[in-house]
Amino acid sequence: MTPLALASYTATSALGRGLEPTLAALQAQRSGLAPCAFETVRLAMCVGEVPGVDAAPLPAALAAFECRNNRLALLALGQDGFAAAVARSAARHGAARIGVFVGTSTSGILETEQAFRRLDPVSGALPPDFRYRGAHNTFSLGAFVQRALGLRGPAVVISSACSSSAKVFASAQRAIAAGLIEAAVVGGVDSLCLTTLYGFHSLQLVSTGPCRPFDVARDGISIGEAAAFALLERPAAAAGEDSVLLLGTGESSDAYHMSSPPPDGRGAAAAMRQALAAAGLGAADIDYINLHGTATPSNDAAEAIAVGAVLGAAVPASSTKGATGHALGAAGALEAVICALALRHGFMPGGVNTAAVDAALPVSYLLGNRDARLRRVMSNSFGFGGSNCSLVLARAGAHA
Amino acid sequence: MTALTASLEGIGLLGPGLADWPTAARVLSGTQPWVHAPTVLPAPQALPAAERRRTGAVVKLALAAGLEAVAHAGADAATLAAVFSSSGGDGQNCDEICRTLASSERQLSPTRFHNSVHNAAAGYWGIATGATAACNALCAYDASFGAGLLEALTQVVTERSPVLLVAYDARYPEPLYGARPIPDGFGIALVLAPAPGARPLARLDVRLSEAPADTLTDAALEKLRGAIPAARSLPLLAQLARRAPGRVMIDYLDPWRIAVEVDACP
Repeated sequence: MTPLALASYTATSALGRGLEPTLAALQAQRSGLAPCAFETVRLAMCVGEVPGVDAAPLPAALAAFECRNNRLALLALGQDGFAAAVARSAARHGAARIGVFVGTSTSGILETEQAFRRLDPVSGALPPDFRYRGAHNTFSLGAFVQRALGLRGPAVVISSACSSSAKVFASAQRAIAAGLIEAAVVGGVDSLCLTTLYGFHSLQLVSTGPCRPFDVARDGISIGEAAAFALLERPAAAAGEDSVLLLGTGESSDAYHMSSPPPDGRGAAAAMRQALAAAGLGAADIDYINLHGTATPSNDAAEAIAVGAVLGAAVPASSTKGATGHALGAAGALEAVICALALRHGFMPGGVNTAAVDAALPVSYLLGNRDARLRRVMSNSFGFGGSNCSLVLARAGAHA
Repeated sequence: MTALTASLEGIGLLGPGLADWPTAARVLSGTQPWVHAPTVLPAPQALPAAERRRTGAVVKLALAAGLEAVAHAGADAATLAAVFSSSGGDGQNCDEICRTLASSERQLSPTRFHNSVHNAAAGYWGIATGATAACNALCAYDASFGAGLLEALTQVVTERSPVLLVAYDARYPEPLYGARPIPDGFGIALVLAPAPGARPLARLDVRLSEAPADTLTDAALEKLRGAIPAARSLPLLAQLARRAPGRVMIDYLDPWRIAVEVDACP
């Protein structure tokens, strides 16, 4: 594929609002995970909650979209000059030539869960303040981002569980390459809700403590919430050498099981190989891997085999989910932004919480941060339904 | 923008009173009246028995339409990339989860939870057919068919490989039905390829347009088009059923419609 620039990017998660606190937390190896005190949930688990989301209602003009997920989206859009960068791009290309490709797994389902507690005792109807289109529907996030940024081009939500907001990079780059649009806002937003907290708990996939990716004693995920966005466009001639490029995307399907990967990681390996091929790179060109690394015993084992098969066991790798929690449909975009920070600031983030790396996994798992002038990195995202996506990102100066 | 071009290789269809594409083609070309009847969902025989028991209406719809289109195209499902697009996913499953979470117990079934993902149909499609290529799962509310069509075409154009598009919607139970009254299930599937295969059906040239969307002359079918997002595809299907060249306007995301130039193959 033709490389595209991440002309602007931002992330808001349990690590903080925007790039500066996110970078500071990564550099200090601080985790945003804490015992769950969300809503009425009483489960022994840790979550990565973004503080203050409920205290930030949407402005009146966007009230039709009111829900926690869109509040989190707006918090993120307001950081790091992102909305202003999109406005400049819209002024250059036209608001109708900028697409919106965003991922979410649960959209505004939290408000539906709450509305079901208030069904009319006689008719069984939902309360009058229930918002289907603006909150519940999966496309709510796409319509909201488009409206909040004043864009009028094609828009879509990709909802393929935990690969959603990695796959948005692939779809957006195809739409730009095909001439449908000139630039795209890509990203992902997922917020805490009862469906995922109780759902992953029912699958016995949640750790009672903070998750420990790739640890020999790893025992499940910690769920987080996040909103992350990037503006994808053709690289400007004047872009600095520390600007970040998207070089390749790879997508595959496991065709195996709805909630677990094949033990040999073949679907993950296929996505990684495709991303390398799309970038025109070989295994030796990747300096760091941001693993999907959810910290379930079987997911990490399958991913390790895939990494070993495609990139070899020597490439430094880590999962940042010990710091952020697993942001589900927002994980792909959040971790792409973390990769952009790693490229720009010259470091590999060590995995947080992990104490003893599982020696059976063929991966060079980083426990501590390591300074390195990274050239190119890979980010993995794999989801329920066997949906896999890998991205290759690079520092412009290293790619030229 | 330049047009996005693909060869249409196969069609699958399932909806109220429309048992398959041959039936729908007769109805849409005016050779057979439309007789309203509830959408009949075939059991997904392609799935292993254990998985089959776990699937709801949307998965049955999507698999039936997808398999018909693949067979019509004479394609190999296992090697096709796929785009699944739905405005709402599995409403029955969502209703059950929300009722459980509103109760004092909150004990979710693990199967209900993994079926709640919007890409459930895409996941079961892979299990049923062994398809390991890229597979997408989209939503654009009422514009979900158009968004799926654009995603499928950009894949065909940039990857130069065939893609299966499946757009499908099913009925919500009450109380969600009151907020989103989709009357019945409807699934449409198209196999699109970069170049004509052995039996191409038509060449499609697709662009964005601001012209108004086409409507259907039959009032009952027009009502169906407006009521189910996946049925926004009906003007395109009607043009294909007539086996004649022409231009149709499909509803998409305001202010846009999708103009499809249909160059029917003899």
